[in-house]
Parts: sequence; C-alpha cells; structure tokens
Amino acid sequence: MNAKKISVLNAVKHGDLLTKLSILLMGVGILGHGQMIKGIIVLAFEAAFIFYMVGTGLHNLAMLPSLGDNPGGEVWNEAKQVYEYVQGDNSQRLLLAGVITCFVIAAFIALWIIQMRHSYRLQLLKEEGKHVLTFTEDIKELFDGNLHITLMSLPCLGILVFNIVPLVYMISMAFTSYSKEDEHLILFDWNGLTQFKRVLSLNGNIGRQFWHVLAWTVVWAIFATFLNYILGMVLALIINRKDTRAKGFWRFCFVLSIAVPQFVTLMIMNIMLQPSGAINVLLMNAGLISQPIPFWQNAMLARITVIVINLWVGIPYTLLQITGILQNIPGELYEAARMDGAGPVKIFFKITLPYMLFVTTPYLIASFVGNINNFNVIYLLSAGGPTYVGDTAGQTDLLVTWLYKLTIDQQYYNLGAVIGIMTFVILTIITLVTYRNSKSYKNEEAFM
Amino acid sequence: MENTLKKNRMSPRRRVINLIVHIFLAVLAAIWVLPIFWIVLTSFRAEKGAYTATFLPQGYTLDNYVKLFTDKNVLNFPKMFTNTLIIAVVCCVVSTFFVLSVSYSLSRMRFGFRKTYMNIAMILGLFPGFMAMVAQYIILKAMGLSEGSAVRFGLIIVYSACTGLGFQIAKGYFDTIPRSIDEAARIDGATQWQVFTKITMPLAKPIVIYTVMTSFIAPWVDFIFAKVLCRANADQFTVAIGLWNMLQKEYIYQWYTCFAAGAVIISIPIAALFLYMQRYYVEGMSGAVKG
Repeated sequence: MNAKKISVLNAVKHGDLLTKLSILLMGVGILGHGQMIKGIIVLAFEAAFIFYMVGTGLHNLAMLPSLGDNPGGEVWNEAKQVYEYVQGDNSQRLLLAGVITCFVIAAFIALWIIQMRHSYRLQLLKEEGKHVLTFTEDIKELFDGNLHITLMSLPCLGILVFNIVPLVYMISMAFTSYSKEDEHLILFDWNGLTQFKRVLSLNGNIGRQFWHVLAWTVVWAIFATFLNYILGMVLALIINRKDTRAKGFWRFCFVLSIAVPQFVTLMIMNIMLQPSGAINVLLMNAGLISQPIPFWQNAMLARITVIVINLWVGIPYTLLQITGILQNIPGELYEAARMDGAGPVKIFFKITLPYMLFVTTPYLIASFVGNINNFNVIYLLSAGGPTYVGDTAGQTDLLVTWLYKLTIDQQYYNLGAVIGIMTFVILTIITLVTYRNSKSYKNEEAFM
Repeated sequence: MENTLKKNRMSPRRRVINLIVHIFLAVLAAIWVLPIFWIVLTSFRAEKGAYTATFLPQGYTLDNYVKLFTDKNVLNFPKMFTNTLIIAVVCCVVSTFFVLSVSYSLSRMRFGFRKTYMNIAMILGLFPGFMAMVAQYIILKAMGLSEGSAVRFGLIIVYSACTGLGFQIAKGYFDTIPRSIDEAARIDGATQWQVFTKITMPLAKPIVIYTVMTSFIAPWVDFIFAKVLCRANADQFTVAIGLWNMLQKEYIYQWYTCFAAGAVIISIPIAALFLYMQRYYVEGMSGAVKG
C-alpha cells in the first residue's frame, strides 16, 4: 500500500494525531493543519448534524419501520377528567421525514469522508513542507481551477432536493399500503412487494389493465417515434429538392405549428374532433358522411387518431431538427448512386436512411423515451379514453397518464408508484441496450 | 450541366412531377395551417359556444378580446397573465444560470464527478416526470409553500430547481467552440471564471439566447405542474390553467371564443420568439447530435 495515496483508509492508518482526532471531531484535522476557517465550518456542520439528529432525526428514524400506528382521536385524560383530542400519526409525513433523515445522514457521511481525505492531504503537504492554501486563496481557486464547484453546487442542490429526494420518497411509497383503497390515506404500513405482485399478475383486474396499457404504450412509442422520423425526413427531402420553389415558405408553414403552444393546439384538436366539432361539421356539410365519426368514442379509432395527430405535432420538429443534418450527407454518395441508376426510393432507403440513423441514434432514443412519457398529447387529446366500466385505465392511456390518474384522481399512491417504477425499468432496459452500443456515446470525447 | 442549360425549359415529365410535388406540399401545408387559422377565426367569432353548425363564423367581433381583459369575476385573465409573467421572469434568470453553469462545467472542466453527473442525469431522465411531481407537492406542502401567494414561489422552485439536468443542447454547443481559444486566454493569465464570462459567453451568444428564451417560455406552456400545485388557489392560476379551465364543462359555452382569443394572445409573442430563435435551436441540436 502506498501511504502517499489520499484515501480514508490511509488517513486512519497513517494519519497524525490531528487527522486521527478528525474521526470523531470533524474538521479538527483541517483546522490544525493550517486551514482555520474551513475547519471551523466543517466542525459547525458536525454540530448542526448532532443537533438535528438529537432534535428530530433519531425520532424520524425510529418511526420509519412502523410509519406510526396511533390513529388519534379522543383520549381520556385521567388527571383533568376530560376527553382530549389527540393528533394521530400521519404516515405520509413520517415517511417523508424518514427519507429526508436518511439523506441527511448520507450527506454527513460524505462530508466525513471528504474531510478525512482533505485532512490527510494537508498533513502530507505539511510534512513535505509545501504551501497550504489560505482561505482567501481557496476562495480565489473557486473561481479558477475549482470553478466547477462554484458553478455546479446550486444546480446539484436543486436536483437533489427537488428531484432525487422526491423520487426516492415516491419509490418508497410503492412498498407501502398508502392508498385510498381500504382507507389507508393517513395511516399506512410497509407491505413489501404486494403491489408489485398485483400489477405484474396476469389474473387480477389491475394486472390485466397493466399489460394492456404496457402493450399500447410500446405500440404508441414505436409508431409515434418512427412514423414521425421517417415522414419528417421525407418531407424535409421534398422541401430541399432542387426543383422545389419557395422552400422558406413551406418550411415556415410547418414550423408555425410548433410556435403555437402545444397544449393550445392539442385542446383545439380535441374540440374539433368531437361528434359536433368542426371536422365532423365540415365533412357532414360536404355530404361525405351522414353520421358523425366517433373519433374519441371508439377505442380503435381513438388510437389511430392520437397517432395521426401526433404526426401533426411531431413532423415539424423532425423537419426542423434534421434539415441541417440532411444537408451534411456527402453529395458524392448521391452522385454515385445516380450513376448506378438508383431511383429516388432506392436512394432514400440505401443512403439517406442508413446515414441518418447512424448520425441521429441519440436523438431517436431521446424521442422514443419522450414518447413513452408523452403525457401532454394523450392527456389533452383523448384523456386516455374511452374507458370501460370498472377500469381505471382507458383504452388510449399510456403508463404515464395512467400513473397520473392513479395518483391524482384515484389517490392510489402505492399503485401509481409501482407503475412509475415499471416505466423506469422498461425505459432503462431499452436505453441501456441501444445507447450504450451507439457510436456517439462511446466517442463522446472524440469530437472535442 | 444539363440542369443549368435547361433551367427554364424542363422536360414535360419533370414538369408533371414538379406540379405534383407542389400540389402535395400545398395540401400538407393547408392541413398544418388550418387549425391555427381556425382558432384565429374563432377568436373573432360573434356567436358563443364551442360547437357551431357552420365551419366559418357568421359574424365577426372584437368582444372576445375585450371580455378576456375586462371580465374579472369568473376567470381573472389579467391576474393570471401577471402571475405567469412574474414566474416566467424569475425562472428565466435562475434556469439560465443553472443550465449555462452546468453545461460549461461539463464541457470545459475535467473533474471526477463529471461522468457520474452525466450518468445520473441520464438515469433521472428516464423516470416519468409525475413520479417526482406528486412528491414535490407533498414536500412543498410540508415547507408551507402550497397555499396562498406562496404557491407562486413553489411554482418557481418546481420550474427552475431541476433545470441543471437539461444541459445537453448547451453543452453540445460549447463543445463546438475550439478549446485552443480558452488555452490561449489561460496562458495570458485569465482565470477560469474570466474565460467563462468574458470569452465563452460572448462566443456562445446563440445558445445563451436560446436558453433564455426556452426557460422564459416554459411557464407559459406548462399546465400540468401548475394544475397540481395550484389546486383550488384561483388567484395563483397561470395562463395555461386559465385557458384549460375555459374549456371545462361549466365555462365552455360562455368562454370558448375567449379561450381562442387568449390562445391567440399568448401564441403571438411565443411564436415570434420561436421563429426568431429557430436557427439557434437547429444549431444547438446539430451540435448536440455531433457531441
């Protein structure tokens, strides 16, 4: 073992008295090795942590296994000879407090490791007679070599508090009985994998709906991603043709639809496609149909409609994003193909498509993920409907919109959390398989 | 060679193909523009109600716009507009700082946490947005930010706190700026901070503008976070929830044409910003795909 290597193990083994003292009194090593202010700050953090743990942290941890079981209500007070109202336990609050305490402990351990290593680093510097940075120099360094710490701490804190903590909290709900079913909204318990079994089973009502929704989600994502991609590319090629006039005008017409906020256009589409909406009126006035077309009332028709409208929404995006890349395709490739007598269709499938697939794999994966989580289009267009009696999921519901309905409308928080986790698992598998193998991920540094 | 000589005298076959292509494009363009055209017409429609027997309005009026800004009893649109504007301005400042800081650090600095951060960001991106949202609501409630005017603060936090995860486009752009420029400045004694603010930022003006605009637009077009966080706090509604409410059963007959007017009003500035920044968007995208 190299004693010069900065690690916690070495700090404990080869540290001097001050460094060893830091095991218990954090920051003493830093303080004693010449960085007064930094050491005091670290020590203050330890004091704050102990204060927090004694004050609420330990209680939070103790309540985590049971999540509370006092229902509250009227309790007989022997001394005063009256019934008193006692506030019961709120499992949701207790779970949140428990999760937050776990994060505080994790942060404390991280700080402990950092200060041990830093203390040992300072000790080595001193032993070698090198210069130890003063506090002012440290601050200066934060705007120079350590600029990333200054720039990234706030964004990271935001992500930790408002993304990671909520996610862990939500994930933990999947293992509890937190749900409106059987009135477990205030007091609930851990119940292991019960909800997962319910969702994954092929027999129960929830299980049947889950497999149904999952199948539709995958079908939707495939259609939405690849139809948009290919048709958008064809449109881009047509507009970029040498003989097409007024290229800018055509592009403007399509791009205009992105410029209008998506939720506005989607709500308008929903109204236009109602039985007495503009489209049916137009078709009936023209004498093409005698009965209104039930765009949202028939399951099959509703599915086709959302896919078609998603083309309306998505094609301009594809057009905008890939026009530039299309122009980068080496012209010689086309020349050579034309020399060999290939027609436009053959050129598209043999040259354009493979080249584009090669260059835009990350974009395709991102849009596939985006489509699986495409809440807006489904929720605002069909609201997941039509829904059969007794189901919580409609015929066009994706996993995300079903998750929304389960948590916000039905308050089945545990089931919603399970659906969220399943979505994540599916996306992870898809992404890992494709993204990890793509060239642009492996060669990230190559383009710098 | 042939093309340049016969530019104006094409063979009949090519003429037919060109005609077909242009007709095809015209039909498609009509399909794309029609709903937008229809909403503009509806905003000037004199008859009330969402469903009419004719496709084109029978009479035209400006009353819908007037009502939108003067009728404050049921749905207070001017108030919603101010709410959204305040949220958008604050979010714009915070998110721009977050996105540019993270992108610059990831693109230009090399530190141990860098790959980990990018992997974590990728993993977090795979969770459905709502999973965090329900819990965010509970956390904001525990912090006392779910009632009254604190909702506004809660919305600002929700919109801007996690923007550090959306670094891809800006990082892709920074990656295309040659590093030799930074190195030259470093040799001349510039600190990293000076390189960031005095060299990279001016060079990356397109992506700065792009980031500012996207983060300004976000609160105007999101309705789902706002709906969950505002619940019944009608004074805190943003424009998007207001418009969504106008289409609910109890309001739709009276408010449908006003909805169209509101949609037109918020679409105009957003459309203008978008059309202006479209090329930055394309540049950012091609940068991101390349990197």
